[in-house]
Amino acid sequence: MSSRRWQGRALLVTGAIIVGATAVAAVIGPWLTPFDPASQELPLRLAGPTASHPFGLDELGRDILARVLAGARISFAVGLAVVSVSASVGTVLGATAGYFGGMTDDLISRVIVILLAFPGLLLAIALVAVLGPSLANVLLALTVIGWVGYARLVRGQVLRAREFEYVQAARALGASAPRILWRHVIPSAIPAVVVQATLGMAGAIIGEAALSFLGLGVQPPTPSWGTMLNGGRAHLLDAPHLTIFPGVAIALLVLGFNFVGDGLRDLADPKQARR
Amino acid sequence: MLHFLLRRLLLTIPVLLGVATLVFSLLHLVPGDPVEAMLGESASPQEIARVRTQLGLDRPLYAQYWTFLEGVGRGDLGVSLRTNEPVAQAIATRMPATIELAIAAMCLAIVVAIPLGIVAAAGAGTIVDYAATTLALAGISIPNFWLGPLLAIVFAITLGWLPVSGSGTLAHLVLPAITLGAPLGAVLARMTRASVLEELRELYVLAARARGVSRAGAILHHAFRNSLIPIVTVLGLQTGAVLTGAVITETIFAWPGVGRLLIQSINFRDYPLVQGCILLIAVTYVAMNLLTDLAYGMLDPRIRYE
Repeated sequence: MSSRRWQGRALLVTGAIIVGATAVAAVIGPWLTPFDPASQELPLRLAGPTASHPFGLDELGRDILARVLAGARISFAVGLAVVSVSASVGTVLGATAGYFGGMTDDLISRVIVILLAFPGLLLAIALVAVLGPSLANVLLALTVIGWVGYARLVRGQVLRAREFEYVQAARALGASAPRILWRHVIPSAIPAVVVQATLGMAGAIIGEAALSFLGLGVQPPTPSWGTMLNGGRAHLLDAPHLTIFPGVAIALLVLGFNFVGDGLRDLADPKQARR
Repeated sequence: MLHFLLRRLLLTIPVLLGVATLVFSLLHLVPGDPVEAMLGESASPQEIARVRTQLGLDRPLYAQYWTFLEGVGRGDLGVSLRTNEPVAQAIATRMPATIELAIAAMCLAIVVAIPLGIVAAAGAGTIVDYAATTLALAGISIPNFWLGPLLAIVFAITLGWLPVSGSGTLAHLVLPAITLGAPLGAVLARMTRASVLEELRELYVLAARARGVSRAGAILHHAFRNSLIPIVTVLGLQTGAVLTGAVITETIFAWPGVGRLLIQSINFRDYPLVQGCILLIAVTYVAMNLLTDLAYGMLDPRIRYE
C-alpha cells in the first residue's frame, strides 16, 4: 500500500472513531449523566468542574456535560438535514445543468454564480436576519447556501461523464435522459459528492454554531454549542469552563469530519490528496 | 491584457446585478409586514405609514426595485431607521476598522503560513512536517468564535498582556487579527505545502539541482515561484472567509467595523442598514475575486490569452 493510501486510511479511521464516539455519546447522552440539560441548581451557578458535574455548571446552574451532549444531538441533526437536502438538490440541479447544457445550464449556472458572490455564511446571516432566529430558519439558510457547492461539483463531473462512451452508447440505444442521468451519469459523481458531503457536515455544524453564537440560530433554552459559547462570553473571567467545553466539542467533531473527508479524498483521488 | 481586463469586468456586471437583486428582495422576505416587524407592536399606524412611505414600500414592486438600483448606482443606500444616519455614511465610518483588521489578519496569515508550508514541504515526512500539518488542521477545525474567547482567556484575562476588547492601539488589534487570521493561515499553509511539494517533483527542479543550485535555492527560486498560482487562488477565495470571519471576530472583540454594525443592525431590525452591510460585503468579495483573476493573468501570461 502506498504511503498516501496508508495516510488516507489512517485519517479515515481516526476521523471515523472521533465521529462515531461523538455520535454514540450524543445518542446515549441521557444515560451518561443523571442531569437534565434544562434542570437548574441555582446555588451552584457557574461552579467549576467537580466529580458529580465533570464539565461544571453554567450561569443558570445547568449541568454543562448534559447540555454538551444535548447540543451534540442538535449538531448532528442540523448536519444531517442540511447535508442530505443540499446534496440531493445540488446533485439533481448540477446533473441537469451539466447534462442538458444550453438555457437550463445558463440559468442554473447564473444562480450558482450569484449565490457564490456572497462569501461564506453571509447569505445565511442575511436570511436568518430577515426570517427571524430559529432552528428551522437556520436549516433553511444553510441549505440555501449549501446546495451550490454540490451543484457546481456535480455539473463539472457530469460535463466530463456525458462524453464517456458508455453514456453515448446508452443514448444511442434510446435510453431516456432521466434514465441516463440516474443510471449512468450521476453514479459517476457519487464518490466526489460523498467527500464533499463529509466536509459539508463539518461546515454545517460550524455554520449552525456560528449563527447560534451570533444569537441568530437556535434560541435558548435549547442547548446548542454555539448558544452555549455565546452565553460563556459574559463569564470569560469568572467561569472559563463555560467557553472551554462546548468549544472542545465543536473542534473535536469538526476535526473528526475533516479527517474523514480528507481520508476519503486521499483514497478516492490520490492526486488531489492532502491539498 | 486590456482585452482580458475588459472581459473580466464585463462578466462581473451581471453578478453585481444579481447580488443587488437578492439584497433588494431580502426586505420582501420578512414574514408579515416588514415595517411592523421593524417598529414593533407598539408603533402607531401613523408611524408605520410614515416609515412605509420612507422606504418606498407603498409603491409598486418594479418602482421600488428601480429606485433601489438607482440608489445603489449613486451610492445612496437609504437611511438607518434607528439613527436616521445615511446607510452609506454609517458604513463608511466603520469601513476603515474592518479594512485594518482584515489586512492585519491576512498579513499575519501570509507571514506565518507560507514559510510554514514551505518548511513542511521541504521536510516532507519528517517531524517538522507532521507538526506543521497538525497545526494547520487544528487551525481549520477550531472555529474563530471559540478561538477568540480562548485567546482572550489566556492573553487578556490570565496573563493580562493584551486588552480583551475595543480598538485604538496596536495592542487592541493583536487578538482579533490572530482570531481572524488563524483559519486563513491554516488553509494557506496546507496549500503552500501541497503546491511546493508537487513542484519539487518536477524535472526542472531536478535540473536546477543538477546545475549546482542549492536545495534552498531550488525551493525558493524555482518550486515556490511556480506554486504561487494555487496559493494566490486560495488567498483570493479565502477573502470571503475573512469577510465573514470579520463579522464574528468584530462581535467577539467589540471591534467597531462593518461586521459588528451588521449584527447590531440585525438586532435592531434596522433592515436598510442590514441590506447596506450585506451589499457592501458581497461587492467587496466580488471585487476581490476579480482582482484574484487579474493577478492570475499577471502571474501566468498563458491565462490572459485563453
